Amino acid sequence: MSMQTGVVTSPKQLRSYAPETDVSVASPAPRVETAPSRPVAAQRNLRTEPGPVRFIIITLAVAFLSVFVVLPLVVVFASAFSKGVGAYLAALAEPEALSAIRLTLLVAAISVTLNLVFGVIAAWAISKFDFAGKTLLVTLIDLPFSVSPVISGLVFVLLFGAQGYFGPWLQSHNVQILFAVPGIALATVFVTFPFVARALIPLMQEQGTQEEEAAISLGASGLQTFFRVTLPNIKWGLLYGVLLCNARAMGEFGAVSVVSGHIRGETNTMPLLVEILYNEYQFVSSFAIASLLAMLALITLVVKTILERRLDEGEAVDGD
Amino acid sequence: MVRRILPLVAGLLWAGSAFAADYSLLNVSYDPTRELYVDFNKAFAAAYQKETGKSVEIKQSHGGSGSQARAVIDGLQADIVTLALAYDIDAIAAKGLAAADWQKRLPLNASPYTSTIVFLVRKGNPKGIKDWDDLIKPGVSVITPNPKTSGGARWNYLAAWGYAQKKYGSADKAKKFVADLYQNVPVLDTGARGSTVTFVERGVGDVLLAWENEAFLALREFGQDKFEIVAPPQSILAEPPVAVVDKVADRKGTRAVAEAYLKYWYSREGQEIAARNSYRPRDPEIAKEYEKSFARVELFTIDDVFGGWTKAQKDHFAEGGIFDQIYKN
Repeated sequence: MSMQTGVVTSPKQLRSYAPETDVSVASPAPRVETAPSRPVAAQRNLRTEPGPVRFIIITLAVAFLSVFVVLPLVVVFASAFSKGVGAYLAALAEPEALSAIRLTLLVAAISVTLNLVFGVIAAWAISKFDFAGKTLLVTLIDLPFSVSPVISGLVFVLLFGAQGYFGPWLQSHNVQILFAVPGIALATVFVTFPFVARALIPLMQEQGTQEEEAAISLGASGLQTFFRVTLPNIKWGLLYGVLLCNARAMGEFGAVSVVSGHIRGETNTMPLLVEILYNEYQFVSSFAIASLLAMLALITLVVKTILERRLDEGEAVDGD
Repeated sequence: MVRRILPLVAGLLWAGSAFAADYSLLNVSYDPTRELYVDFNKAFAAAYQKETGKSVEIKQSHGGSGSQARAVIDGLQADIVTLALAYDIDAIAAKGLAAADWQKRLPLNASPYTSTIVFLVRKGNPKGIKDWDDLIKPGVSVITPNPKTSGGARWNYLAAWGYAQKKYGSADKAKKFVADLYQNVPVLDTGARGSTVTFVERGVGDVLLAWENEAFLALREFGQDKFEIVAPPQSILAEPPVAVVDKVADRKGTRAVAEAYLKYWYSREGQEIAARNSYRPRDPEIAKEYEKSFARVELFTIDDVFGGWTKAQKDHFAEGGIFDQIYKN
């Protein structure tokens, strides 16, 4: 569970590769043959650790979780409500807070939509077709995960800044990208791009192309095949990717901070506003916004758990 | 239920965002002026409406002075910049965004309010800090931000240097003094506000070198019972300048209102707002009125001691400059 909580904000996505692992665990063939050859005593040792060991491990895990996950969460909410519910609600009703919430929702909506479309296209291309440069494409999809978010932001400054490549042209045509909503959306799309594609690629590769081939041989068009066969097969994985993408889009700080310009009530997203309010000694307001983000993380966690269960069930049925 | 709540939330969020003023200005400023410009913007908007009948909405952006200048250079559409030091506006002017003689266009070096560098210490002043010399004593922990990134930190550094050079008579001795001082600095935050939070919130350090206005703000926010301000007998006159970004203002057609905005600083009301927010007013009358709010400090200027910002920047803070030399060791 500790890893799952980390997953919401951490780019290193272990679970998105999981459908593959799950299937290999579920596939029964090798397991049955090796199991009897193992000594019975060894097997028992593997299953049940000695009492003290178990106790220590569990205590460690719980202590770690409490300190690194539960405690910060409690502090966020305690600070947010430290001056009562009235102050909490007043902090959220501030025009700057409303504007930040509005902007965050807008940017998340834009980036999730774009990443949904492009993620599905990329995953489709990679898992169903063979073409030159495929490995390169797979590597490129992972790039935003391995690049520091600050660099992701600076890239857009270099491209669209007044001193950048397209800056002078954009300015002469009165197009504002940097320090405005388009720039923030672009940076967020860049940072969150891998989530959808990464959630889908292993799943779609696992499913292979047989069902699509069958559909086409029965006379379905390309679009019909996609909407009637492929999409139903990947819907849970897709939702899962979208969910993670959304969580990161709303929580992104580094890249957005570089391209935002910090115009109050206009280009500050929720994470940026949390920092600003904290620096203004407005701790209640700061933690009130932070608590909204934390709640989002908690909801994401619950939905994610449900989706994972669905995914696994889907796998179990398909696997046979 | 979700279906019923969602439109309600959406309505709430989008309501009120439709307000449009006749003019919209963006003032890109540095960190500690947040509270100051909340007051000033309100007063200016009211005064402008009364005088011309036009409504004006002023948007604010705050950050480290250097990075704010960088953002304007990169295309942040600021009609006005109000930064921590002239060098940052010079950088904007160097890119052709503002006139080269921007600092001559408004009275008093285009700095309608000033400040100085003072010490914020813990209640009762347990380390007995009274003057700059106390900062280099062993066992005194000094909090100041990084002069490479923070405008306030540069003023801190130059104040210490100026004091030592005047007292000990040579640049070499001043260099030794400042090097000793930075030996006592456990952490360099990137901005003035970050340092204040380190000192006040996290309880690190014995003394915070701070803008006078920032020190007063910390007192107001956290109570007189926790901290006190020590004004050294000598310090630097910090002149945070203001300027219209010509290129942006001309394109947006806001030059007149942007100039009126900056001129308002020099009015009686503007000067009073500065004084109320613990910035030293320049108008002699207002200064006299608020005399008791500010400690008597003998102030030297950057032009006197360092020959202006460009030279100070080059000698002290450029790559391989004196700060790099002393902070490495």
